[in-house]
Amino acid sequence: MTESKPIIEVRGLRNSFGDQVVHEDLDLTVNRGEILGVVGGSGTGKSVLMRSIIGLQKPDAGEVEVLGENMIDRAEDEAKNIRRRWGILFQNGALFSTLTVAENVEVPIREYFPHLVPPLLDEIASYKIAMTGLPADAGPKLPSELSGGMTKRAGLARALALDPELLFLDEPTSGLDPIAAAGFDELIRTLQERLELTVFLITHDLDSLYAICDRVAVLADRKVIAVGTIPELLALDHPWIQEYFNGPRGRAAADTSKEHVKA
Amino acid sequence: MPDDKRTAENDAEGATYRPVGALTITRAATTQREIDGLADPLTIDLSKVERMDTVGAWIIYRTERDRGAKVEGGSEIETSLVHQVAEYDVPVRVRPEQRPGFVRVLTELGEWVADAGTTFVGLLGFFGSTLVASAGLIRRPRKFRVNAIVQRFDVVGVRALGIIGLMSFLIGIVVGQQGAVQLEQFGAEVYTINLIGRITVRELGVLMTAIMVAGRSGSAFAAQIGTMKLTEEIDAMRTIGVSPIEALVIPRMIAAVLMMPLLAFWAILMSLLGGGIFVWLDLGIPPLTYIQRLQEVIPITDLWIGLIKAPVFGFIIALAGCFQGMLVEGTSEQVGERTTTAVVQSIFLVIILDAVFAIFFTSIGWK
Repeated sequence: MTESKPIIEVRGLRNSFGDQVVHEDLDLTVNRGEILGVVGGSGTGKSVLMRSIIGLQKPDAGEVEVLGENMIDRAEDEAKNIRRRWGILFQNGALFSTLTVAENVEVPIREYFPHLVPPLLDEIASYKIAMTGLPADAGPKLPSELSGGMTKRAGLARALALDPELLFLDEPTSGLDPIAAAGFDELIRTLQERLELTVFLITHDLDSLYAICDRVAVLADRKVIAVGTIPELLALDHPWIQEYFNGPRGRAAADTSKEHVKA
Repeated sequence: MPDDKRTAENDAEGATYRPVGALTITRAATTQREIDGLADPLTIDLSKVERMDTVGAWIIYRTERDRGAKVEGGSEIETSLVHQVAEYDVPVRVRPEQRPGFVRVLTELGEWVADAGTTFVGLLGFFGSTLVASAGLIRRPRKFRVNAIVQRFDVVGVRALGIIGLMSFLIGIVVGQQGAVQLEQFGAEVYTINLIGRITVRELGVLMTAIMVAGRSGSAFAAQIGTMKLTEEIDAMRTIGVSPIEALVIPRMIAAVLMMPLLAFWAILMSLLGGGIFVWLDLGIPPLTYIQRLQEVIPITDLWIGLIKAPVFGFIIALAGCFQGMLVEGTSEQVGERTTTAVVQSIFLVIILDAVFAIFFTSIGWK
């Protein structure tokens, strides 16, 4: 079994668009069962990194292994076995606009398990929707009728449809109000504990980092300059990291998380 | 994995189901089928389960809920998973409620009629606001956006020359060829020139140009303005104090109105050229004779008719395109829908107006 091996392993990754090099010699390891936060300034290629890992962006060079399998230049039908084992929440939800929320959740299930009887399928979609904290009347709604927070939850319900081992979240709390964002953080933490997920979390949200991440990877200068817990990162002497965590917002988030611990 | 030895026993006091190994989504269909095949009262023994996910837990839970099955032997993790999914047992509808067929057809018809009505009123309103904006521009000509208009001239007019020229040239050939085939039967091939000349100058040149411009520029107007609406560019304009009608709609309208007659004239020339080459090569009528003959058979009023219609059609196309673009709201899907509607609406209106013009000009004696 692959239990002890890292769930994602990126080595020597290089990505570029024309003359602009986004990643150069980037290494990253994600361990099983952890929530890894990925941070970095705008344009440091956080989303590009995620897209290279999930195979939407072909890197110029480097190796990407997910769940112990090499991801680069894979045949489509081989890749399917891996796709079944992960769930992805895109930044804007990426719900299929012509299907209702519940139908959206059913899409991956139908794709991989066409023999499930419709009543069971509908029930599975229902509890996934309830699990992500959506109200029951959200099921028959179309994506265009949802608010931002509901869209993210619906996207999460679809990402969780196949009970994945690995969950990719691209800025799940951006555009949410602080209360909804905190609720979303808590939801992710709970789901991660209950379903034993590994989570790859791209975020700008300092509160999320403090609240739910086991480790944080910092992207800057075209590579991952540091990975570790927040105290470990704070001990480092990199200007961007210091400014990020010790700036006014970083301090505020740190204080809130301390108060939480005390309470 | 050799976990297929799951046991299911029917005995005197009911059945026992004992799944072995994985109880996950991978085996969900089989598991459900096996459970359905067992008699009540049912006991489920989880002692041999090694791995369970929420789908597996859900199947256990729903059997417990619907059939009162007894669940035993589960480890702590498995039992808690079943309890967890039970928390999320909320009835969620998957699809919106469907009304019965007949009522639905009536509803849709009603909605369609109401929709057509609002669209028409909306179009009139939009027409009105462009008039108001034009009046404002005439009073303050310094707000006239010359650059925007010239840029539209290029996009709507100059860049359409190639495709419209080629299309008209081919239409000239087709009209000539089809006409010659029919007229030959009466030994009247020479009248092919009358046919080509009058039909292209009076009708086809303008009509085909209008259809091409509607497809090329009308759709682009709707898509551009629609996208700007989605990205809130238009709201941004309004808050800065720039009128979107002045900045976006009027330049496009002026471009379409001024470019249409020029394009139509170009289309007429190219059709005549195509027809001329055909009669020269196929019927042996030399170019000079062709031109002389054209002069004799085409009354100048035909050209006026063609060129009077052109700006009106251009206006209709720009109006429908910009109006539909402004109607975009909510999703990107709407941009596509509105663009289609813009093209259909403008071609439809152009053809209706063409019919009106045909009757009008004939009745004032421009035959």
